[in-house]
Amino acid sequence: MVKGILGQKVGMTQIYDDSGRAVPVTVLQAGPCHVLQLRTQRRDGYEAVQLGYLDKKRPRGKRSRPSQASRSERGQVANIASKRSRRRAAAGVGLPAKAGCEPQRFIREFRGPAGELEVGQQVTVEAFAEVRAVDVTGTSKGRGYSGVMRRHNFAGQRASHGVKKVHRHAGGTGMSADPSRLFKGIRMAGQYGNARTTARNLKLVRVDPENHLLLVRGAVPGPNGGFLVIQETNKVG
Amino acid sequence: MNKQQLLNTVEQTSLKDETPWFEIGDTVDVHTKILEGNKERIQVFSGVVIARSGSGTREMFTVRRIVAGQGVERKFPLHSPRIGKIEVKRSGVVRRAKLYFLRDRVGKAVRLKERRTKAPAANKKTNSA
Repeated sequence: MVKGILGQKVGMTQIYDDSGRAVPVTVLQAGPCHVLQLRTQRRDGYEAVQLGYLDKKRPRGKRSRPSQASRSERGQVANIASKRSRRRAAAGVGLPAKAGCEPQRFIREFRGPAGELEVGQQVTVEAFAEVRAVDVTGTSKGRGYSGVMRRHNFAGQRASHGVKKVHRHAGGTGMSADPSRLFKGIRMAGQYGNARTTARNLKLVRVDPENHLLLVRGAVPGPNGGFLVIQETNKVG
Repeated sequence: MNKQQLLNTVEQTSLKDETPWFEIGDTVDVHTKILEGNKERIQVFSGVVIARSGSGTREMFTVRRIVAGQGVERKFPLHSPRIGKIEVKRSGVVRRAKLYFLRDRVGKAVRLKERRTKAPAANKKTNSA
């Protein structure tokens, strides 16, 4: 698996580096993440590691309930005593390994062979001790249905000189009778934000295993508290 | 820990253990370390503190002085390792937190009445986080 972990955005601040320069950093709280499943070539057709972050909240007043997950969360559970299960066991099909943790709130997979990881193990920020830069994926802040000036940085039109009621409009969008249609991909107003966004190649400034924190230089998509997928970058240089 | 506490713990590492005590209206000498090639030199900027802004690692203060009849203002980050000593030379009587009105004054009107009180010790870092 590529070096990866799940986390949350804490917020931005400023710290000073060794040479006394101010560095704008985003504080990310990441892990510890349970390894929930290993995807294998043989069974799933691809190799990946599934990680989970943060325990799901339990319903109030039901802390003594023996099963932590609700029936819908458990999914379809095979009856071990059933004829089918007994036949499978007899044929040597093992039961999938259990992670032995609470149901997790945020679950994502990282592609690649598992290496030394096994189900139930934990991944912490210490895995990033040697990492120089990371890619951070999250959901950007939703800005709703936005006009072209905000969404695409169009310049709008003039305030005067005959411009009427179209000060924030786009200009022309195409030609006339030929081709008599709009070309695909013309930038217009529409939903802006609330989309999966990756900030690439952010320098990793500090790793704090004690508080499970990663400090990256620069901004990260989404609001404070938003869930993030953090991976070692595959950018060269 | 909640988010704000986490941010504070991160900032603690970049805060100075002790920041010199000075107030708005004080005339101060700010010692800044400047790298020239491989040599480090200390430059002193002296003037009146006309504003303080921000909090935590982002706290800044503005110093104003008159150079050759021209007003010059410099904004320093309080917790920057490049800022050395800040010496209070004189204290002025002021009644507001931002002395931006000094920008409109020239000549003798720039002067502030001197305040004679004993300066308290330096501000210690508070480990609130």
